[in-house]
Amino acid sequence: MNKLLDLFLTFARIGGLTFGGGYAMLPILQKEVVEKRGWATEEELMDYYAIGQCTPGIIAVNTATFVGQRTGGVIGGIVATLGVVFPSLIIISVIAAFIQNFADLAIVQNAFAGIRVCVCVLIFNAVLKLWKKSVVDKITLVIFLAVMLGSILTDLSPILFVLMAGVAGIFLSKKEAQTK
Amino acid sequence: MSIYLQLFYEFFKAGLFAVGGGMATLPFLYNISDKTGWFSYGQLADMVAISESTPGPIGVNMATYVGFTTAGIPGSIIATVGLITPSIIIILIIAGFLKAFQDSKYVKSAFYGLRPASTGLIAAAGLSVVALVVLQKDLYAESHNLIDLINLPNIVLMVILYFFTARFKKTKGLHPVVFIAASAVIGIVFRFGGAV
Repeated sequence: MNKLLDLFLTFARIGGLTFGGGYAMLPILQKEVVEKRGWATEEELMDYYAIGQCTPGIIAVNTATFVGQRTGGVIGGIVATLGVVFPSLIIISVIAAFIQNFADLAIVQNAFAGIRVCVCVLIFNAVLKLWKKSVVDKITLVIFLAVMLGSILTDLSPILFVLMAGVAGIFLSKKEAQTK
Repeated sequence: MSIYLQLFYEFFKAGLFAVGGGMATLPFLYNISDKTGWFSYGQLADMVAISESTPGPIGVNMATYVGFTTAGIPGSIIATVGLITPSIIIILIIAGFLKAFQDSKYVKSAFYGLRPASTGLIAAAGLSVVALVVLQKDLYAESHNLIDLINLPNIVLMVILYFFTARFKKTKGLHPVVFIAASAVIGIVFRFGGAV
């Protein structure tokens, strides 16, 4: 029981201290999970993190589930995951309620008009970073372009594109391996 | 379908199919906006900014925000739980046969295709924010003056921000919250929203 509480509080702290998730989370995870608690070795944590990146879902959530499961079984996995999202729930609900009440103020509207420009640039930078890791040859370039254009020009669900690209990956990367 | 059930279902799908972290949730949120009209593209852009500037994983923050905007505090909890449920199920299964998963050729080659697709989806979602910020369709429809179609101050700010976030060595490692705060100040000082 104590261990579950410990898992919840530790991951709540990790969630509350990480800005941006993903990569920003790794140093705090190392400190809390490896150095302070000894719940995983450095290598194990890197493995969990790598798998968290290449399974569906939020990387931070996946890693929390992993460490929790290893430490406290299925219940541990669930408790650690609830811990990592707990600060977000509180903080965002407070901010969202605040902004809903002040959305009509001129100062808030002007601030967000400026912020939206910044969001464009941040998304663009994120795409560039992902591009370097995901578009590695002609086949992946075609998949990128096809999905981007398909998503802009049609109303099809993103799920359809993800599924088709996964299947394409299985067939096309095999072919490439054979020709090498 | 009750709004809670629908929220859970939509975010469950996003959690199941968004590959590659935070921003990968974005295309799914646009899809939800298209289908349900619960929130506008403009509101979504604001949610991205707030999710980036507050602690916690971006994807989780965005789910909480959308859930709250749609159905209050119960909505925020249900959307977040919907988003993380597939993760919990998948990871608990994978944890059982970790090695086999890591070494699987099928998993590797599926992700060879999934990664560029996810990048393409995020790029498409990003372009709709760009269109929102750069084009002034309303103003153009009124005046039919081609110069009114483009929001020049926004483009100038965009180029400047790109330089400082991605090119200029001294500032490009800074946390996004710095640039978001600076943009808010610029927006207020120069009245970017046109509100007085």
